Amino acid sequence: MKTTEILVIGGGPAGLSAAISAGSRGAKVILLERDDFLGGQLIKQTHRFFGSKREHAGTRGFKIAEDLKDRIKKLHNVEVMVSARALGFYEDGVVTVLKDEKMHKIKAEKVIVATGAHEKFLPFINNDLPGIYGAGAVQTLMNVYGIVPAQRILMVGAGNIGLIVSYQLMQAGVEVAAIIEAAPRIGGYLVHASKVRRMGVPILTRHTIKAAYGTNRVEKAVICQLDDKWQHIPGTEQELEVDTICLAVGLSPLTEILWQAECEMIFVPELGGHVPLRDENLETSVPGIYVAGDCAGVEEATAAMLEGELAGLSAAYSLGYGEADFKERREQIVTNLQNLRSGPVGDKIRAGLAKVRRGA
Amino acid sequence: MLESTGVPTVEDLKARMPSKERLARGPVAMIECFQRIPCDPCYHSCKRGAISKLIDINDIPQVDYEKCNGCGLCISNCPGLAIFVLDQNYDEKYGLIKMPYELLPRPEIGEEVVALNREGQEVCKGKVVEVRDGKIQDKTAIIGVAVPKKFLMEVRNIKVGRSK
Amino acid sequence: MRLEKHPILEFKRGKKVTFTFNGQEVEGYEGETIAAALHAAGIRKLSESQKLHRPRGLFCAIGNCSSCLMKVDGIPNVKICITKVREGMRVEEQKGKGDLSENY
Repeated sequence: MKTTEILVIGGGPAGLSAAISAGSRGAKVILLERDDFLGGQLIKQTHRFFGSKREHAGTRGFKIAEDLKDRIKKLHNVEVMVSARALGFYEDGVVTVLKDEKMHKIKAEKVIVATGAHEKFLPFINNDLPGIYGAGAVQTLMNVYGIVPAQRILMVGAGNIGLIVSYQLMQAGVEVAAIIEAAPRIGGYLVHASKVRRMGVPILTRHTIKAAYGTNRVEKAVICQLDDKWQHIPGTEQELEVDTICLAVGLSPLTEILWQAECEMIFVPELGGHVPLRDENLETSVPGIYVAGDCAGVEEATAAMLEGELAGLSAAYSLGYGEADFKERREQIVTNLQNLRSGPVGDKIRAGLAKVRRGA
Repeated sequence: MLESTGVPTVEDLKARMPSKERLARGPVAMIECFQRIPCDPCYHSCKRGAISKLIDINDIPQVDYEKCNGCGLCISNCPGLAIFVLDQNYDEKYGLIKMPYELLPRPEIGEEVVALNREGQEVCKGKVVEVRDGKIQDKTAIIGVAVPKKFLMEVRNIKVGRSK
Repeated sequence: MRLEKHPILEFKRGKKVTFTFNGQEVEGYEGETIAAALHAAGIRKLSESQKLHRPRGLFCAIGNCSSCLMKVDGIPNVKICITKVREGMRVEEQKGKGDLSENY
């Protein structure tokens, strides 16, 4: 069995930031990543990030991933295990890990869970046809492997992911037939919406997908309008000839490890599903288990990086590391997170976070 | 409207437009950012201090049109690709719009392109007179397109005829 | 179809490998997943559902959803979206739960 001071589960923006934060303060860290590369969803993001210039704003997502990877490489007290999938969390605090088709056991004094999220699905007729992809899949094919994911596509969802992936699709030469959104308003940033609109892509709010048709793969989509009660309006059906349908209808936190560890969980729709209760240092109801990023509530990558840093800082501090600047840095992170979430686009997140505070 | 279509209304635009007098004096930036979102790279990119410091990172950036000389440094730095530089005095008949461009193929200087409005509809033909696509732009190229003066406030995108 | 030019990204591909899909030769590059190589070759249908024999394809492409289970070198239920291509690999459409008859 391997032992370490801090185990970080997940090598995306939150996990990388947590490992860097704890590792740079001197703690002995193991970072687990189930894929064979670090960076999580950041590596697919070709757009420049929003947020504060201090926190990578203006830098493209995949470049941020490179920067985080470079920083982690320099920390000799951080051991990175890729292609290593955390399988279970046991009563005695042991985490089992599958790597190279072998089971490994790791026991850590503190565990930071940063497992991210998975994509939501949508009920409609024939939604199991090949050619109906989550937005992350489209990004993976297109931006990781350089494969044209479609010729003509329908995007379902006008949140930031739907808008950004539509733009990326056009950068890859794919025609976007339309972006449809069930809500009466565009959910993503309006600058992203304006960007795809001036490329000629219609955004249809109060619209949903009713059915997909095709033999062995999508050949056609039927969309329709929704009334104020979110019901289909008969007679408003429109057929779109598309070979692919992309679903960008939200994410849900990946929380299996947290359930196994018996962290107290709560269902918060604003945060995407079940999330753990935690205190101001991101420690869950199980002492020594911290959370950060989308598995603690679905948000933007910038918030995930800040949360990761906070969790890493707190876990390291509880082991006696980084006392010199703990308070100061903690204040900075908390302020930056507050600023990030303080505007109207942070309304939902703030409402969600108000429900998850442990001890409050 | 903007919230359901992604296209700003005349009223939205009025609030973000440099004055007629300022436009008449030559190149100036127009930031088509209408929503409070947490973002500040434009402020940091301006070397002349023409973009207001954002006290709250969600504030909408304001341009001091007297300080702005239309250099265009901010164009490639805006993550929303929402900044344009307008030069009404490009020549007698034509005005110049500098816009961010992240598609292939890149237009070339002298090339005729289709000029599109904020809904992606064809407005007129435009002539590419400037392409800045160096290290500073970091793949968000700045394309300067000359269009008839009356379309200066309408044209916000281009379509390059050639295929990749 | 593969992207040769991209306005932001550069794609570094590994060595070319050849594998089979239902006995038919398909090309891929070292370092890419089976899912990516099949997609590049225009193959969308990966399996058939157990009861109604409906065609199934990719959904998440990162190993979460199990929509892409195929038979690889005789082993059923392989998540091909996170399994890398190898020279000479045998990839087959999976029917239902798949079977282990080849191995046992």
